[in-house]
Amino acid sequence: MKKRKMYFRMITASLMRRRSRMLVALLAIMIGATILSGLVTIYYDVPRQMGAQFRSYGANMIFMAAEEDFTEQDVEQGLSYIHAEELVGVAPYRYESVRIHERSIMAAGTDMEGAKKSSPFWSVSGEWPSQSGELMVGAGVAETFRLRVGDKVTVTYTPETEQEEAALDDTLDFTVTGILDTGGSEEEYIYMSLEDMEELTGQDTVLDICELSISTDSDSLSDYAAQISEHVPGINARLVKRVTQSETTVLGKLQALVLLVTIVVLALTMICVATTMTAVVAERRKEIGLRKALGASNGSIIMEFMGEGLMLGGIGGLLGSVLGFVFAQAVSVSVFNSSISFRVLLLPVTVIVSVIVTGVACLLPIRSATNVDPALVLKGE
Amino acid sequence: MSLLELKNVSKIYGELHALDHVSLNVEKGEWVAIMGPSGSGKSTMMNIIGCMDKPTEGEVLLDGMDLAKESAKSLTTIRRDKIGLIFQQFHLVSYLTALENVMVAQYYHSIPDEKEAMEALERVGLADRAKHLPSQLSGGEQQRVCVARALINYPEIILADEPTGNLDEANEEIVVELFRKLHEEGTTLIVVTHDPEVAEVAQRTLVLRNGRLDHETINENFTGHIKLN
Ligand SMILES: Nc1ncnc2c1ncn2[C@@H]1O[C@H](COP(=O)(O)OP(=O)(O)O)[C@@H](O)[C@H]1O
Ligand SMILES: [Mg+2]
Repeated sequence: MKKRKMYFRMITASLMRRRSRMLVALLAIMIGATILSGLVTIYYDVPRQMGAQFRSYGANMIFMAAEEDFTEQDVEQGLSYIHAEELVGVAPYRYESVRIHERSIMAAGTDMEGAKKSSPFWSVSGEWPSQSGELMVGAGVAETFRLRVGDKVTVTYTPETEQEEAALDDTLDFTVTGILDTGGSEEEYIYMSLEDMEELTGQDTVLDICELSISTDSDSLSDYAAQISEHVPGINARLVKRVTQSETTVLGKLQALVLLVTIVVLALTMICVATTMTAVVAERRKEIGLRKALGASNGSIIMEFMGEGLMLGGIGGLLGSVLGFVFAQAVSVSVFNSSISFRVLLLPVTVIVSVIVTGVACLLPIRSATNVDPALVLKGE
Repeated sequence: MSLLELKNVSKIYGELHALDHVSLNVEKGEWVAIMGPSGSGKSTMMNIIGCMDKPTEGEVLLDGMDLAKESAKSLTTIRRDKIGLIFQQFHLVSYLTALENVMVAQYYHSIPDEKEAMEALERVGLADRAKHLPSQLSGGEQQRVCVARALINYPEIILADEPTGNLDEANEEIVVELFRKLHEEGTTLIVVTHDPEVAEVAQRTLVLRNGRLDHETINENFTGHIKLN
């Protein structure tokens, strides 16, 4: 018992009273541990963050008509095959050709809430339509007709009839509440609710397409698609492959990169600790010789230097895991604009990894310490 | 049986005979001084007696054990249990206090005992310096810490290699006085020195030259008291 106390007294004295030398090693371990815990945090957090980011780049599944068109009931039926908690947004679309000031234009009827969720990157100046009689117009349309938020506009629809040449026009008055900016073809459309579309056209709602945003991996996504296509006769479910696959590939590459950087940093830490330890052992040859002359066995020399090394590893790991969280938090906030929660498990893991890395780095230098000849203490300088 | 017996001991480095057929007996409780010019083999002999080196030839009997035949590991044990060492360069652990330095010897020997270590410092007159680091102590004080460290485990032999070589006269006197006390308590002392004044307080003086025992003088006047100046 008393012996152990003296052991700790010696190694803490060595660390505390020889601070400047040990600081280099401690710094190396701390930086290593910081990057380790920081990157591991990001490693586990990136999929979550990236998932959210990628989902915001639109739908990853679409329902299309198996035959001519499909209904909201078909959509309901299709959705029953998808876990409710994985469903981020559903946006059904019905497209019709309409006219504003006698110029032809494409109108989309949709569920505004669903569209907002499945296309969160749409930037709308003004407001999304929230009730009947409100209209969102694409930026291109707004420019063509010099429309601004608050303007009134009349939309005309001519029913397609095969029998009579002159069918009556249907018109509906709208107020523009928002102008849509996407940088894509959506800017050439106008958007109204499905109900208004029904009223304007005088026809029951049939859908042309339905966009879905589902939060799951690509395997279960294809499962869903297959099941829905098979079991819902009106719908042909397809994956929007481009987005989902790139999501997975980019994630995999990012995680591999993080892993690689972590390994490189740990290796660098190890080299730095080994170099410092080698210098420490060289500098303390006289002391090692003295300890041996006083009767220290090789085992106790190893124990003492290892003890110092492992204690440094532990302290460095502890400091590093806290700094690492700060580091990961900073990265997360600046890159993904969201904060992460502290993983308690990472603390012991970082400390243990630091201690192991330090221990391995100390092996060779400490082995050389045991080769010191005690007789050197009787040799004059 | 003598406590220590060297029989025809030689240490050869390549062509150089650092020790050349040296024979010597030291009885228990004896105080022996070893003199000789630089390079005459004094430290080499101390290394061999102190179990830190092995002779090339010959026998070294300590308490009847032949050190020349022991493994490095058991030499460490013998050194720890039977030998107290004092060096010219003091060799204190720089980051440990005077007290801790004494306790290090206890630590390797058996169990550290702060009270006993403190008593040893008291014996060398350094009780009030116990919490000082070596860098805060004068040369004489550092050497006295070494003496305290050497005697803490009640060794059979204290080996001192030029213990006063780095000390001024006042401190030399203090250290010699400590040796005298140890001798009176029955400790066997072997002291290497360049200084005739340190040598002549011992019971006898061996003079080495070119690795050989040149001659030996018995101090007729040895009284167990110091005769400095
Ligand atoms: N490890 C060694 N290798 C080669 N020569 C050595 C070694 N140790 C001592 N010597 C030589 O042995 C001789 C005796 O040295 P030493 O015992 O230290 O002398 P002293 O202590 O009497 O001054 C010297 O010539 C020294 O150079
Ligand atoms: Mg010498």
